Amino acid sequence: MSDATPPAVITAAEVTHLAGLARIALRPDEIEHLAGELTQIVDAVARVRRVATPDVPATSHPLPLVNVLRDDVVGAVLTPEQVLAGAPAAQDGRFRVPAILGEEQ
Amino acid sequence: MAAPNATDVLLDYDEALAKYEPVLGFEVHVELSTATKMFSAAPNPAAGDDPAAPNTAVAPVDMGLPGSLPVVNAEAVRYSISLGLALGCSIAESCRFARKNYFYPDLGKNYQISQYDEPIAFEGSVEVELEDGTLFQVPIERAHMEEDAGKLTHMGGATGRIHGADAALVDYNRAGVPLVEIVTKPIFGAEHLAPQLAKAYVATIRDIVRSLGISRARMERGNLRCDANVSLRPRGETRLGTRTETKNVNSLRSVERAVRYEIQRQAAILEAGGSIVQETRHWHEDTGTTSAGRPKSDADDYRYFPEPDLLPIRPSAELVQQLRAALPESPTQFRRRLQADYGFTDSEFRDILNANVLVELEETVGAGAAPAQARKWWLGEILRIANARGVEPGSLVSPLHVSELIALVETGELTDRLARQVLEGVVAGEGSPEHVVKARGLAVVSDDSALLAAIDQALGEQPDVLQKIRDGKVQAAGAVIGAVMKAMRGQADAARVRELVLERANA
Repeated sequence: MSDATPPAVITAAEVTHLAGLARIALRPDEIEHLAGELTQIVDAVARVRRVATPDVPATSHPLPLVNVLRDDVVGAVLTPEQVLAGAPAAQDGRFRVPAILGEEQ
Repeated sequence: MAAPNATDVLLDYDEALAKYEPVLGFEVHVELSTATKMFSAAPNPAAGDDPAAPNTAVAPVDMGLPGSLPVVNAEAVRYSISLGLALGCSIAESCRFARKNYFYPDLGKNYQISQYDEPIAFEGSVEVELEDGTLFQVPIERAHMEEDAGKLTHMGGATGRIHGADAALVDYNRAGVPLVEIVTKPIFGAEHLAPQLAKAYVATIRDIVRSLGISRARMERGNLRCDANVSLRPRGETRLGTRTETKNVNSLRSVERAVRYEIQRQAAILEAGGSIVQETRHWHEDTGTTSAGRPKSDADDYRYFPEPDLLPIRPSAELVQQLRAALPESPTQFRRRLQADYGFTDSEFRDILNANVLVELEETVGAGAAPAQARKWWLGEILRIANARGVEPGSLVSPLHVSELIALVETGELTDRLARQVLEGVVAGEGSPEHVVKARGLAVVSDDSALLAAIDQALGEQPDVLQKIRDGKVQAAGAVIGAVMKAMRGQADAARVRELVLERANA
């Protein structure tokens, strides 16, 4: 590209932050590696942005479909046994999870 | 982590208002009462009367099981558009869903499907009437569709709440329940009426969704939930102060108290030269205080992005027009009309509004009761029980049951005293008034022969009464009537007993 805009650089610190948000454990060498790869991806997206003119609408969905809806009619549910089939621990018909201190919804 | 206690220093309310201007903001979540969930065909517990057993209203989509795909509930979209219109909002020509990513076991898939940059409704205004009749316009930023999360019950620990808890139990029945989140813009100018405005605003939203018939709006069940944002700024300051967001405010009264508390707490900190921490605070109904939750942090970086599993929603102009035409009157118009129709005085009407029973009263009248009778029950016995239990009157008994109760009194099947006992049974969940009457054997004894037998028994014990009545001392009948009522355990019509006693004397 002979564009004057320098490519955005994704830093190791940003990758570390994202990995924390996504709960993914990464080694330092993986962080370095991903920082390089993500920089390339961001740069590729930036090229598309340079080509797209203001009259090109943003695309979040590639299919020309809208309003795919369902009628409000009750259908099948899982049994409580099925719901809990994959639970590492259960109690009183519910999943039992470790307490998460300092957070509350 | 601060424990929920009363160590907060509070500044006198009037002093706080003299020095600082309160700025409010609200996020109200409304659970829609569609038959099914937002993105699955599982039955919607928010529409039901009784809480379902844990994890019995769960489809694979609600748990985010691999391979399951969400499909939008058309009725939930219609409800959301109606609500947006009732809030005076513009309806988006096109909107889409987004993933809000966070890790917490209340949702199995580690994200909540919500709307982010393209809400279905935006830029509106709601008229709120304060207790003195002042009308206040609350500016609405947006109303967007999303799904509710599952319910966690924290186990262990000293208080049973999250601090010190060692495990939590998760029920996914609520996961996927259709929600609309209504977000206001900053609200200026409420001044010393800020706590009252907070209560009136939430009451207005409740009245709107009930009149639209799109939510059960039972605050005590979490159908309607309010997060209250409060900030203060020194008089004359144009920049906004740091705000706190108080959660867990689940009654109208609590909304008012929580806002007042935050104003006093923040004012005391600012007066002492401190600064407000931007944080979530939890309301404690029992102590009437708030305590610090987690501060705003990295955890609020939700990495929103468009939901790839769902396509955009483009409501047709015809649909929006049709829903607009079907809108009911506004809560203010509704109140004016009812007051005129029912012929209540301003003060009678204010009592009804303060007790938050207007909608209940209207439905009771709609089910056949006279307005004065409906008012008497909702502001009398029902309100008394509600106050004693610290709950909303409307959560105790349905308007239909109240109207049935009134009808039973009108036809003479129940005396007022018996009716109060029947109400007690209905409130205790024993069934409809008719059912409670039968089950508890409470009907008035209208069989004259049974009454006459009791009267003769009483006269036998007080032989001089008949002569006294014949001598013109009619009040002497009182002793016999009392004895008969006692013998019938109150299940007799005292007026009829009196008639029969007088007939005996004059026979």
